[in-house]
Amino acid sequence: MKLSDEIAQAAADKDILLMTHIVLGYPSFETNKEVIAQMVANGVDLIEMQIPFSEPMADGPVIIKANQDSLLDGTRLNDCLNFARQMTETHAIPFLFMTYYNILFKYGIESFCRRALETGIRGFIVPDLPPEEGADYLKYTRQYGLAPIQIFAPTSTPERMRFLAEAGGGFIYCVARRGVTGTQTTFDEEFNNYIAQCRASTDMPLAVGFGISNRDDVQSLVGKADIAVIGSETIRLVDRQGAAAVGPFIAGLR
Amino acid sequence: MKNLNGYYGQWGGAFIPEVLHETFRQLKDFYDKARQDPAFWQEYADLMATYSCRPTPLTAADNLSRHFGGARIFIKREDLNHTGAHKANNVMGQGLLVKRMGKGRVIAETGAGQHGVATATMAAKFGFKCTIYMGEEDVMRQRPNVFWMEKLGAEVIPVTTGSKTLKDAINAAFRDWVTNMDNTHYCLGTACGPHPFPEMVAWFQSIIGLEAREQIERQFGKPPARVYACVGGGSNALGIFQGFLDLPAVELVGVEAGGEGLESGRHAARLASRDGSPGVAQGYKTMFLQDDDGQMRTTHSVAAGLDYVGVSPILTDLWEQGRVRFASATDSEVMAALELTMLNEGIIPALESSHAFVQAFKEAGDMSPDEAVIINMSGRGDKDIFTIANAFKDPSWQQFIINKGKEYEAER
Ligand SMILES: Cc1ncc(COP(=O)(O)O)c(C=O)c1O
Repeated sequence: MKLSDEIAQAAADKDILLMTHIVLGYPSFETNKEVIAQMVANGVDLIEMQIPFSEPMADGPVIIKANQDSLLDGTRLNDCLNFARQMTETHAIPFLFMTYYNILFKYGIESFCRRALETGIRGFIVPDLPPEEGADYLKYTRQYGLAPIQIFAPTSTPERMRFLAEAGGGFIYCVARRGVTGTQTTFDEEFNNYIAQCRASTDMPLAVGFGISNRDDVQSLVGKADIAVIGSETIRLVDRQGAAAVGPFIAGLR
Repeated sequence: MKNLNGYYGQWGGAFIPEVLHETFRQLKDFYDKARQDPAFWQEYADLMATYSCRPTPLTAADNLSRHFGGARIFIKREDLNHTGAHKANNVMGQGLLVKRMGKGRVIAETGAGQHGVATATMAAKFGFKCTIYMGEEDVMRQRPNVFWMEKLGAEVIPVTTGSKTLKDAINAAFRDWVTNMDNTHYCLGTACGPHPFPEMVAWFQSIIGLEAREQIERQFGKPPARVYACVGGGSNALGIFQGFLDLPAVELVGVEAGGEGLESGRHAARLASRDGSPGVAQGYKTMFLQDDDGQMRTTHSVAAGLDYVGVSPILTDLWEQGRVRFASATDSEVMAALELTMLNEGIIPALESSHAFVQAFKEAGDMSPDEAVIINMSGRGDKDIFTIANAFKDPSWQQFIINKGKEYEAER
């Protein structure tokens, strides 16, 4: 089934879906495994696994540090791909790769898509690859049935949103505000107008991320977005309280 | 150097997060208008003539020419710009653009600190708020520049992520920009990054080449046989090379940081070594020093301004076409060339610039006296006094620092 259809189906019996984020190899693959198990057991609907990159330009301090520590620990791309395969074989929910374009570019875009498909990955989020630069990427993700998830920002014009939606697949990742990952977002009038504009620009499901960290945040997205994205917060939680804290945290979000 | 979609051969592009799309659209708009407006360039040239020291002289280095006994050596004196380096050219140009855009704050990355000082200076003159991002390692290496930036009213933020050098300062500046783009312009310091930066920075720096072409023809009667420039991001090199690109007989030579030697792996030679490979990072496609997975490597150079993983896509294209030849100079060769230049000419090149001197010195002796070479002296070296004194292991300087330290200690 297409990712967008699968999401629409899952959304039918829930107020809102949850997507969580982990950085591969941080603090270790062992911990990643445990965290993912907890997330899935507590109802997370999708997981984006970030392949660490040395220049995470669009990320904030928590995720930068996770990228950096993972690489310092010796995480290689191949480890990430092997681990991802284990996860997709173990858990039934859709998994995505989030990473920066150089990881795909260096591997070879077509080879990367083929490998991701074999790995059971359903789509990619690549924040530094606008469609204008992604002709090959868009071609090969289509060819291999992977969703090239596009990003909307509060600075995107309506015309731009339609252009992005045209290129995209799976769902649209709506960046909740300006800035990088990891700081709080306020859900005010301006935000509501923005989400209304996103909705008007595409039929695809909408995910909202950046600064979503608790039950109130998630609740305030009900009826507006299809998917709430929890990013830096679970990394912080694992840092402070360990993997076991993730289950109760996730369970408390909806 | 004008290209619509920001590609030079297969290099360049604009790999930017969506949140910056509108900001770049606006920047391209203002830049394109400025570029088509002769009054803008005139305003820029007037500003550089009255606030900086343009045209900078072309100095005949006759003692060095005699020393090597070959080509006539000329030095293009970008050190005589206000703030001591070519960086001022780009910064003042972008400053005029910021005024047109109506923004009130500028941010910049800096490696050597030279671009940071230039930006802080521009901000003070134009009345902009200013924040400079600088790798923690560079803050340590280039303390005097940090002092000046702060005194000029800029906030200097040490960057502690990644390798704590120039590339990490660039990432940090982008992170600031994605938050504050409405009132902030990112004044990128070299001909790298997403379109239109490479082209725009190269355009402002082309003033070096325009002058040098005219000067050499006047002072030597004909164009030079070779032009040498050091290459960090590539802005001073592109600046002078543009004056001679239309003359195929003029050989253009870019000199990268050889660090501890190309075989040591501790260098920043993206094009002169075999260690570079195509990649996309920091918003553009070029040859990067990276591993098989696409992770950027740490680079090394005695010159902070050359200690960078990527290189201008415009230069990578010129290299691929065979129009620009690339060489590298090691840290120790750089110190020797610097010493020779000081003693023979009474001129103190920056450590970055000294790389260009190294290659010119290697070649000048084999050339004929009716040939000229131009070395682009991108900046002055007295800013590097701590690094240079340290590299020379100068005993009286060390004693001075020890005494000064004791004095401060006693005052506390
Ligand atoms: C004096 C000087 N020369 C050269 C450079 C290298 O930059 P680019 O290659 O852009 O000229 C720097 C950078 O900080 C510098 O300060």
